[in-house]
Amino acid sequence: MDSILFIIAAVAAIGCGLNLVLQSHPISSALSLIGVMSSLALLYLLLGAEFIAMAQMIVYGGAVMVLFIFVIMLLNAGAEKRSDKSLFARIFGFPLLAVFVVPLSFLIKTTFSAQVSDVSFGSWVGGTAEAVGKQLFTKFLLPFEVISVLILIAILGAVVLAQKEID
Amino acid sequence: MDHIPLSAYLILSAILFGLGVAGFIFRKSVITVFMSIELMLNAVNLSFVTFSYENKNIDGHIYSFFVMVVAAAEAAVGLAIILTIFKNRGTLQIDEVDSMKL
Amino acid sequence: MNLWLIPLCPLIGCLLNGLLGKRLPKQVINILAVGSVAASFGLVLAFLWQNYPLNTPVSEHNFTWIQSGWLNIGFDLTIDRLTAVMLLVVTGVGLLIHLYSIGYMEHEDGYARFFASLNLFMFFMLILVLAANLLVVFVGWEGVGLCSYLLIGYYVKEKFAGDAANKAFIVNRIGDFGFSLGIFLLVIHARTLDFVGIAAAVKDLPVENSMGWISVATLLLFVGACGKSAQIPLYVWLPDAMAGPTPVSALIHAATMVTAGIYMVARVAFLYGHAPIIMHIVALVGLLTAVFAATIGLAQNDIKKVFAYSTVSQLGYMFLGLGLGAYSAGIFHLMTHAFFKALLFLGAGSVIHGLSGEQDLRHMGGLRRAMPITCVTLLIASLAISGVPGFSGFFSKDAILAAAYEREPWMFWTGAATAGLTAFYVFRAFFLAFLGKYRGHHHPHESPFVMTFPLMVLAAFAAGGGFLNVPHWLAPMFPVVENEAQLPMIISAAFGIAGILLAFVVYVAQPSLSDSLKSAAGPIYTLLINKYYVDELYNAAIVKPLTLVSRAVLWRGVDEGLIDTGLVNGFGQLVQGIGSVLRRWQSGSIRNYATWILAGSLLLIFVLGLANGGAR
Repeated sequence: MDSILFIIAAVAAIGCGLNLVLQSHPISSALSLIGVMSSLALLYLLLGAEFIAMAQMIVYGGAVMVLFIFVIMLLNAGAEKRSDKSLFARIFGFPLLAVFVVPLSFLIKTTFSAQVSDVSFGSWVGGTAEAVGKQLFTKFLLPFEVISVLILIAILGAVVLAQKEID
Repeated sequence: MDHIPLSAYLILSAILFGLGVAGFIFRKSVITVFMSIELMLNAVNLSFVTFSYENKNIDGHIYSFFVMVVAAAEAAVGLAIILTIFKNRGTLQIDEVDSMKL
Repeated sequence: MNLWLIPLCPLIGCLLNGLLGKRLPKQVINILAVGSVAASFGLVLAFLWQNYPLNTPVSEHNFTWIQSGWLNIGFDLTIDRLTAVMLLVVTGVGLLIHLYSIGYMEHEDGYARFFASLNLFMFFMLILVLAANLLVVFVGWEGVGLCSYLLIGYYVKEKFAGDAANKAFIVNRIGDFGFSLGIFLLVIHARTLDFVGIAAAVKDLPVENSMGWISVATLLLFVGACGKSAQIPLYVWLPDAMAGPTPVSALIHAATMVTAGIYMVARVAFLYGHAPIIMHIVALVGLLTAVFAATIGLAQNDIKKVFAYSTVSQLGYMFLGLGLGAYSAGIFHLMTHAFFKALLFLGAGSVIHGLSGEQDLRHMGGLRRAMPITCVTLLIASLAISGVPGFSGFFSKDAILAAAYEREPWMFWTGAATAGLTAFYVFRAFFLAFLGKYRGHHHPHESPFVMTFPLMVLAAFAAGGGFLNVPHWLAPMFPVVENEAQLPMIISAAFGIAGILLAFVVYVAQPSLSDSLKSAAGPIYTLLINKYYVDELYNAAIVKPLTLVSRAVLWRGVDEGLIDTGLVNGFGQLVQGIGSVLRRWQSGSIRNYATWILAGSLLLIFVLGLANGGAR
């Protein structure tokens, strides 16, 4: 059962990712990204990370992507036009990527195949909100507080940047 | 079928990351580039959670949580910047925002 | 008593005149300049009065100048009998010449500058004479060279004066190079530069019959002396130095500076005593120079040039005396030469002043009526230099020639013949200037008292100075061998008088004889009047190649080509080149940057992966 779910989610994720890269209109890319995030949420559930899966859907899918779509619509971003700049990226990008991903995959495979590390749904139930909360408020208290300050700053920055000019 | 090996998750994470980089390098619209960045962050999140599962340690989840928070904040500010760029230059092509060249 | 006060007085005069001179009235400048030298002279007299008979030298250590390992050199001054003679000559004759300059330089621009330089010269010369070690001598040596340059080039608007000053300084420098090397050798071997210390170091060493270190050192020191005292081959600057004002020629190039070389050799006589080969060389060079310069002086038409070559010749005599071991004779001749040569130059200056600048003998004549005092004093000087018995020159020259007679008879005969030549050319100048009819266009007049007074004082010394028995006074330092032979005295006197008579015949009794002699001598005459073409030879052999190399190789090639274009500009261009290549990296395109980041991160991953031993 897990394997089928995994394959579905993986294929969906990769498919949506390809779609994001290959589509020309930003809205299509945004929707594909939502698809990726949903697939990832499913994968998190398979890995026993309930809290993270929920957070992923709520924060990413519900807030960040909505923001993206708002901005796309606000700016009336159209389909991309062809542009001939940046020859370097076009020539070297793909080979570099291939060099990046393929050996990395092989590396991962050889590294982690020695161990008996199979994922089965339900073999670890430690990813509850309670567990996360416990760690968050004891061991990771300082980063937590700092993160909240970060968000505050981000809010301020966004407000300042996006406001209308005072004539 | 057997259980899924751990390396599969990691390879998936690598592939998603590669796709994110591809989007970053090959796309011309600023918003799409931004979305590719989000894709990369998600791939890394998957990686964290996988390792957390492997070590049966909740800390990976916490890191992933923080990454999410930061990504959200960054998205907010980044989109505000995109708005400003659009206001000032009227274009959303990153190739045309190259006034920092020598 | 403080010895450093003696050089200090002229230094103060120099500073005051030099810094404030433009604003001071002439009287004040005169008082400062002459007064400071008079103060020095007074201090010297006071010292001698206090410390007569100066059986032991009086020294003072002022401060430690160099202290480096075992080398300890202080700024020490000392007065012994030799120094006393030099001090009296320098300050006494110097005082008279300062006095004379008041009259001579009256109408010149830069009046204060002249006296400041002259006082500075006195300062350095006194330091040179008072020095107790070779390094302080060298300080004075260089200083008088500098002042010589300043004073020869006094007429700053004339190019030939500047050239002459350059020539003097550069040729001197060559000599100074030898001097420096000699000093270095002495430092290495004797480990000290104090005269007392060096004497102690070499006292027990054997006399060197081959070229040991003492010989090399003394030879190098002699090279320095050749430069300063105008011996072959470094004499060429002295005739050209006549471009300076006549009092300068009198003071520096007759009485004091050129005698520095002789003084220095006499000072380190104990070193030369250990190097008989070098002493022989010294005597030879001196004799050769004496003859050489005398022959050139025969044909010169400029009165100052005649006396300049005469100075070179007489310096040769002094070195002859030193080289033969008759140190006191050499110093004696130095003193008498100071008297009569200064007198000759001052007299010439008086003539030139009276003729408003005329220096050519062919445009003079019959001046004895217009300038009686000058005529008489110059006559006395000429008699002295010719070695006429009774006058000072006779005694000193005789002392040298007697020593030659004892040791190297052929040198004696050559020296005596040269004495005849000396008499001839000096009296040629005298007769051409003062007898006969006036051949010029000016209105000759006698010089003012401020100029004739020094002439008279010097004439008195030139006449009677021989009776100051300097060799006796210097006997404790330089043992005198009393010789009773009368023959050398008679022969040298005879040569001298013969020279005078010959000059009389040629220039006064039968004037046409001079022209027929000139044409008869023909090529020899041309050779003489062109100074044996030595200057041209030096120019072609040394100066031209050197300037050529400097200009073509070092300036254009190395400096402009290699350093300017190659290194400096090249470096700039290199940086620019690299910059223009690297500039393209910053394209402003984000996608480029992203690709580079990807490439970089790949590199990192691979390096880290390999570093950790590949796959785990």
